[in-house]
Formats: sequence, structure tokens, C-alpha cells
Amino acid sequence: MSLLRVENVSKHFGSLVAVDRVSMVVEPGELRAVIGPNGAGKTTFFNLISGFLTLTSGRILFDGEDISRLRPARRVWRGIARTFQITEIFPELTVRENLRIPVEVAAGYRVKTWLSRDADGEIRARVTDLLEISGLTDKADRLAGELSHGDQRATEIMMALALKPRLLLLDEPTAGMGEQETYDITQLIRKLHKDQKLSIVLIEHDMRVVFHLADRIMVLAEGAMLAEGTPSEIAANEAVQEAYLGKAA
Amino acid sequence: MNGVDVNKQAANVVVWLLLLAMPYWLPAVGGYIELGSRAVVLGLAAMSLNFLLGYTGVLSFGHAAYFGLGAYGTAMTIKYLYPSTPVAILVGIVVGTLAAALIGPLIIRLRGVYFAMVTIAFGQVFFFIAFRWNSVTGGDDGLTGWTRQPLHLGFATINIQNNPSAYYYLVLVLFTVAVGVMAWLLRSPFGRTLIAIRENERRARFLGIPVDQHIWMSWVVSCCFVSLAGALYALLNNFVDPRALYWTQSGDFVIMAVLGGMRSFWGPLIGAAIYVVLQDYLSSQTENWMSFIGLFFVLIVLFFPRGVLGFIRRKAVS
Repeated sequence: MSLLRVENVSKHFGSLVAVDRVSMVVEPGELRAVIGPNGAGKTTFFNLISGFLTLTSGRILFDGEDISRLRPARRVWRGIARTFQITEIFPELTVRENLRIPVEVAAGYRVKTWLSRDADGEIRARVTDLLEISGLTDKADRLAGELSHGDQRATEIMMALALKPRLLLLDEPTAGMGEQETYDITQLIRKLHKDQKLSIVLIEHDMRVVFHLADRIMVLAEGAMLAEGTPSEIAANEAVQEAYLGKAA
Repeated sequence: MNGVDVNKQAANVVVWLLLLAMPYWLPAVGGYIELGSRAVVLGLAAMSLNFLLGYTGVLSFGHAAYFGLGAYGTAMTIKYLYPSTPVAILVGIVVGTLAAALIGPLIIRLRGVYFAMVTIAFGQVFFFIAFRWNSVTGGDDGLTGWTRQPLHLGFATINIQNNPSAYYYLVLVLFTVAVGVMAWLLRSPFGRTLIAIRENERRARFLGIPVDQHIWMSWVVSCCFVSLAGALYALLNNFVDPRALYWTQSGDFVIMAVLGGMRSFWGPLIGAAIYVVLQDYLSSQTENWMSFIGLFFVLIVLFFPRGVLGFIRRKAVS
């Protein structure tokens, strides 16, 4: 069964049609990139999947169940985690605390007022694992707000990963990054996808990143789907080149 | 890290020693025991408010409503129902907490200034009830003709009525329990979800924390302890009047929390102590004491935005 099935979703803001009858199917273990020029509706599309915005029409199935009307927190409980275009972390908490909160939520402890020694040990171990995967171990006790842009980005991705999601939505993970940071984040995403068999949908502007990572690519333009296919199909697609790649070059 | 932890422990020890020994040192420096009780009771109210303000990031301007309900609940229980101090305190807490729990769902979806305004509005409803319902609440004159009752412990009876020290220690015991519970909650997974909401509500929501529900829980905890403070306030004065419910009383709690430092656990207690002492001293010198407190508040906010304790702590670290 498909992991995520988006059927004909639309979002209207008054008379503006931000997303126009877009469909997408993501299989388990797939890494899907969503690309398109600025204002194509990519982030709005993401916001519909994660529940940040409500649908005007269409529906969204996750694991075969209709989640179109669920609130954001409930979608997270089902296994959809996301990051934001502008990094959203807890700036005045340490990196370790930033990771501990989602680990506890994922363990079902969000209203617990007491943890047994064992439970506390398991939480700490999981946080340590996440720090190691991301290479943030030596910065674990620094305030997240004091880290470099790239490390904040990595922290945010690890917070989403701490939820043990079945689908990870990444909104422009390399936005505003230098060469080295972009490379590091790309490697991290690749690692999560390959090692943990994590299903990922990402929005990205950097074409090298997209073609390096994606199994399949969807192209949005002016709110509607322009094309969909493997990286080589998309690279060869004339409509895409005209609408997007041509302008970028 | 370790240096800060040691400082924190030292601060805790100092605070508890000062509180425990209050009846001995306060008269020696020109105070009196009721003043100390007042500072601890209002400090509890400010710390309860700060559970919501400083640790969940939600500003209530209507906490006097639950403070006042606690006070009236306690006073009316002794006057009309059952002359027992513990029962009266319990009724006060239940009344205040219940009201907060029921009003909560109507307001928790609001944020920022809208939340503050609506909490004021609900507070004023209770104020007008107390103000108008003369036959039961005593109206503008307040509820008199009752006093706190001796404490029966089974093996002994403690006279808290004519012994200010004894009442102070009753206040301190309940303060310790309340503050202990709040500190314990803040160090738990639940407490961390509240801090997450304060830090970044959007991130918290998309980590699977149902933000409105958690704000409701924080609101109820905060109002529960502010009701306890109200109950103790009524017993301290053997009197309660509608001003305990008035929105300026809510404002005083906010001032105390900000004055002392709303990002530090003890800050609001320090703020309340400063407020109470200033009020006591200034109101004996001038009728316009409120202007001086206001001026002091403005200076603190301008020069020490993290409050008195926030400033001291920063000095200690650097």
C-alpha cells in the first residue's frame, strides 16, 4: 500500500488559487523531491499535508486512512513529521533539550509528571543516538539559538526524526547554506533515507541536491502539477525546462 | 554548567533559610510577621501566575479572579458553612480551580493580548458579582464577622488566630507544598512540553504536542495554586473584599513576576517581597505610593529587563 496518497487537493485564499488539484503518491522508502519556481505553491502543498492549513477540496490518505481533517498534532502521532523553511527550534534550550522533548512525546510521555529510572535512561540513550547520527554530540549542551545556521538546521531535522516518523517532510533543508553546510545536510538526509529506510518528501531549490537525492521528482508551477517522474525524465522534460530549469540556468 | 548548578543550589538554600527563620529576623530589621506572611502569600500567587507566564509563555491578566474566588470560598465556608480552617482552604481551592477549569476551554485558543483581555473580562464578572451581591458577599464593604479557626491536628490544637508566627508557619508549609509541586512539574516531561510551547509554539505543535490542551492544563495548575494563595490571603486578613478580585490585583501579580524576574523560579517571590515592603513603607509616607511603585517598576523594566533576580544571576555567572 502507498504510504501517502494525496488526491486532487486544492487550496484557495479568497480568489487566489495557491494549490490547484494536485495529486501525489509516495511509496514506503521513497525520497520524493518537490520543485518549482518561487510562488509555485510548494510550501502551501506541504502545509496541507502536515495540517498547518486546511484543504479547500480533495483529500489526503496516510497509510490508507483519511487524515484530511486531522489536527497537526494528530498527524504527527500518525507518523508525519516536518521541518520548516525558516528553522523552527527552541532557541533558549540546549540542543540536548531540543531533542529530548520530541523523544519524550514519541514515547507517549507528554503528560507524564514522573519517569522511572529505566524510562529516563532509555530517553537519554535515544537522545545520545540522535546526537551521534547528526554529529552534534560535542555541541549537545550549547543553546540551540547560538549554533550556526547549518547546525540549527540539523537540530531541527533531528527533532523531526526524534518523533520516529514514517514520513519526513523537509521544507528547503539547504536554504541559505554555504557549500560545506549544504553538503553536510545532504549527506545527513541521504543517511536517513538509506540507513533508516525513511520515506522523505522534500522541497528544494538546489538542483544538485535534488538530482543527487531524489528517487522521483514532482514539478509544481503556478499551483498545478507540471510534471512528475524520475530525475532523468524530469531533466529531459521540455515543459519543465521552459518553466523552471531554463530560467534558472 | 557545574558552577551554575552550585549557584542554583546555594540560592535555594538561602531562600529556604530566610523563609524558615523569617519570624526571627524580620522584626529585628524593623518588619513584622504579618508583613512576612503577606509577602509569602502574594509570592505564592505571583509564582503561580509565573507557572503560566514564565514557563508556558501565556500572559493572564485575570488571575485575581481565581485568587478572589479562593479567598471568598474560604471566608464564606467559615462564616456560613463549617468553622474549620483546613476545610475552608480546601473549599477555596476547589472553587477557584473549578472555575478556571470551566472557563479554560473558552479562552485557551486565544493568544497574546487577546488572551489577556478575555481573562480580564472574566475576572471582572466575578468582581461585579462580589460587589453587587450584598447579602451574601458583603458587597463593597467586604465579608467580615469571621476569623480563621484553630488548627486541630488530633494530638494537638494550634492557635493560629492570636499567634502570627503560628499562622506564618502554616502559610509556609502550604507554600512549600505548592512550590514543590510546581518545581516537580516543571522538571517532568509534561513541564518540558510547556517550556516547548513558550519557546516556539509552532514547533511544539508540529512535534505532536496538542498545544491548546497543554495550555489548559498549565492554566488550571496555575489557577489552582493562585486559589490557594487567595485562601491564605483571606485567612491572613480575616477579611475579604472585592478588591481581591479586581483587575488591578491581577496587574499587581504581573508586576511582581516581572519585577523579580519571570524566567527565574524564585523571581516572582522576590518581586512580591519587594512590592510588599515598598507598599508597606511608602503607604505610611504618602498617599501616592502607587506612583512610586510604578516608577520603580518602569526603572526595573528599562534597566533590568530580566527582573531583579535575572540581573543578580547574570552578575553571578559573569
